[in-house]
Amino acid sequence: MTASPAVIPFDLLPPNERPYFDRFGNGLVVVLPPRQPDPSGWGAGGPPHGGAWIHVGEDGKARAFIGKVEVGQGTRTALSLLVAEELRLPLSSVELTMGDTDLCPWDMGTFGSRSMPDAGEHLRLTGAATRTFLTELAAVRLSAAPTEVELAEGTAKARDSGRSVRYGELVKGLRRVELVPSDAKPNPPSKWTRAGRPAQDVGAREVVTGNRRYTSDLHIPGMLHGKVLFPPSCGAKLRSVDLSRAQALPGVTAIHEGDLVAVAAPDLRMAFAALKALRAEWEATPQPSEKEIVEYLRHHPVEGEDFWDMVHHETGDVGAAFGSAPVSLRETYTTAYIAHAPMETRAVLASWEDGRLTVWLGTQTPFRAREAVSDALELSPSNVRIIVPPTGSGFGGKHTSDLAVAAARLAKAAGHPVRVVFSREEEFTQAYFRPMAVVDIRSAAEQDGTLTAWEFHVLNAGASAARLPYRVANQKIDNQPSDSPLSQASYRALAATANNFARESHLDEVAARVGADPVEYRLRHLADDRLATVLRTVAERAGWSPRPAPAASGSGRGIAVGLEKEGRVATFAEVRVPEDRHLEVVRIVTGFECGAIVHPTNLRSQVEGGTVMAMGGALFEAIHFENGRILNPSFSRYRVPRFRDIPPIEVILLDRPDLPSQGGGETPLIAVAPAIANAIYDATGKRLRSLPLTPDGTVP
Amino acid sequence: MPSSEPAARPRAMTKLRVNGTDHSVPIDPDRSLLYVLREELRLTGTKYGCGEGECGACKVLVDGVAVRACQTPVGEAVGRSIVTIEGLAQGEHLHPVQQAFVEAGAFQCGFCTSGMIIAAVSLLARSSQPSVEEIRAAMDGNLCRCGGYLRIIDAVQRASRLSSGAGGAVP
Repeated sequence: MTASPAVIPFDLLPPNERPYFDRFGNGLVVVLPPRQPDPSGWGAGGPPHGGAWIHVGEDGKARAFIGKVEVGQGTRTALSLLVAEELRLPLSSVELTMGDTDLCPWDMGTFGSRSMPDAGEHLRLTGAATRTFLTELAAVRLSAAPTEVELAEGTAKARDSGRSVRYGELVKGLRRVELVPSDAKPNPPSKWTRAGRPAQDVGAREVVTGNRRYTSDLHIPGMLHGKVLFPPSCGAKLRSVDLSRAQALPGVTAIHEGDLVAVAAPDLRMAFAALKALRAEWEATPQPSEKEIVEYLRHHPVEGEDFWDMVHHETGDVGAAFGSAPVSLRETYTTAYIAHAPMETRAVLASWEDGRLTVWLGTQTPFRAREAVSDALELSPSNVRIIVPPTGSGFGGKHTSDLAVAAARLAKAAGHPVRVVFSREEEFTQAYFRPMAVVDIRSAAEQDGTLTAWEFHVLNAGASAARLPYRVANQKIDNQPSDSPLSQASYRALAATANNFARESHLDEVAARVGADPVEYRLRHLADDRLATVLRTVAERAGWSPRPAPAASGSGRGIAVGLEKEGRVATFAEVRVPEDRHLEVVRIVTGFECGAIVHPTNLRSQVEGGTVMAMGGALFEAIHFENGRILNPSFSRYRVPRFRDIPPIEVILLDRPDLPSQGGGETPLIAVAPAIANAIYDATGKRLRSLPLTPDGTVP
Repeated sequence: MPSSEPAARPRAMTKLRVNGTDHSVPIDPDRSLLYVLREELRLTGTKYGCGEGECGACKVLVDGVAVRACQTPVGEAVGRSIVTIEGLAQGEHLHPVQQAFVEAGAFQCGFCTSGMIIAAVSLLARSSQPSVEEIRAAMDGNLCRCGGYLRIIDAVQRASRLSSGAGGAVP
């Protein structure tokens, strides 16, 4: 494996100057320039992003390029299916390059469930335009009107004469670049013949044979192994470091540049030895601990930073509504800091060649990494290439670029390529966490149960899913970022999990107070027909029978809904809490609707897997910390869901071919915790308002 | 670029039989089997997940039984037959468990898959028709952070049918 020859990254050149044909051979290239995000969408107000290009070569294959990355969420196959669909090609004739900053369009990053609505749509448009250009080429070649040309299985055929020509023949000798016209018309989902059908993952064979190379598997001749020196506790500052003992070890390079202290050695064991040989003095300052964290966050508000979406929403007159309400309720809900704990720890390989740097990085944000690395090493962005190899999952955890900068600096100092792979303990202590959330809710209702006022304030987590999917005349909803003592940032369904847990738990509490059935009560207030349909479907499949009051019989059923990132979810949970209070989740039924389904096999996997991941945060995952130290930085002390924890999970996918495809990686998580909490309430009469609900496996 | 391989001291070597081939590796009691497989033999299909025997990503077969390579000193594997994920398929022909994982879509990021397949092969060798409960119990030491457990159970059951249907024994 070697780095590419020096080129100017395609995204930094105008479409006509990009050396597509030198790189991929003759053919037809169709380019969708970067676009301004949809102002109604999640990425509103950001820089232009996305774009796509497709090269159809003399071998008849389509090579598509997109700035999003695959970290295990299955979008490579889903997006390839959309290209195959538009180009009328078998899936095996589509090659998708994702997130390679030399070759792919600029993209802000793979997060926020944007791969299907953004990259999917961009590839559909580019594919549709490519199909039109191929049709026109074929019409000339076959002496037929374009309307008489049919494309199928990589062949263009004239309907009247029956003559045909393969795509590869059509583009022979061609070196043509076209832009996607504004009237490009993708095939509507109702007419899909490849997309929307069950499909196998395109990389399945490599995975099951152990031949898929993740970043942590890569090896270049001469490669060294790097390790970074990290502070012993959060917030500790380096006072001094002595590199000499490490440098005295054979083949070891040790550096201290700015805040970075790191070593590189010929083998991994020597790298660990070199790390141990560093003599560092740290200055620690007292840090807040877990037991006082809620009060600490309440008293340390800060201005919002980039990853926080903000909401300040007010309608009606909340104060007046509370004043006259016959029923009112005020409660606080919290969620713990939790870890992404991806199976592949963070990993990077950096290699210099003739002043140009290539970085293989398991990241969700390759273009941001290019910027971070080029800034840190004072390089032109055109001299940095980020390649994203297959990555052992991300869950929002692989956004930062510090490790890439460290590897690049080490490689430069050592004069050799350097690979750095986090140990599991480093993964737990030196990454960042899902923010803790503190949610205060106050609600008011009429005697008949009609909700009249809703005040919702979320601290530290963010605004996602804070807005109500229910009709309530008087509302005040806002969020407040805090000065978190632990490093925190993006996480799969981050704030939506917290806000949805709080809202759907609270709604259940109000329903119980007014003696209403939880399903009927939700349907009575729901302002979204699509969500109501999902809820009805799940309630029916689960065999829901109305229960105005908890049975407290040791067996319970709960339900919750969620609307986020244009996806709709309803989750039903059944639990048992016997005399010994040991919680057993007996069954889960979950329904999900996200518009037109592109890759049903994978969407089902995402919903099932998301449900399992959400069960971890709902039931037992929590980072424990004291005075800046993480107390449980290992799988033996940080419990994640295992085989034994998983009940039967029935997944119902509601396909809406009439609606745009939305992402499915996050929203399926957000109704799991409240459904279980509501079921525990039904089983025991006990309301649990903090995640994890049962840290030691029992209902308190 | 100069070669950077360390100036190796002469080390006592021993033979390790991996996927039917003898490899010469240094005798070093501290070295884990995982380290030798990944770093010395560059068989990277076997993964590092935790280093404490909690996740199962490093499982390999030693004399047909799944063991955690991160917890196995290489010395314990000398003189025995080691099979890694790379050694299961016969050329183009996938092992029934591999085939079943493909058909069941039993992975997402794929990082835990090698260990899962090895654990399943080991289970099926001692119990050709395992119940769901047996599968759960036997594979509870393997973590899948993507949450693909139900698909994996499905894959193991498929593999069980594939093996018996084909009439062949699972190695």
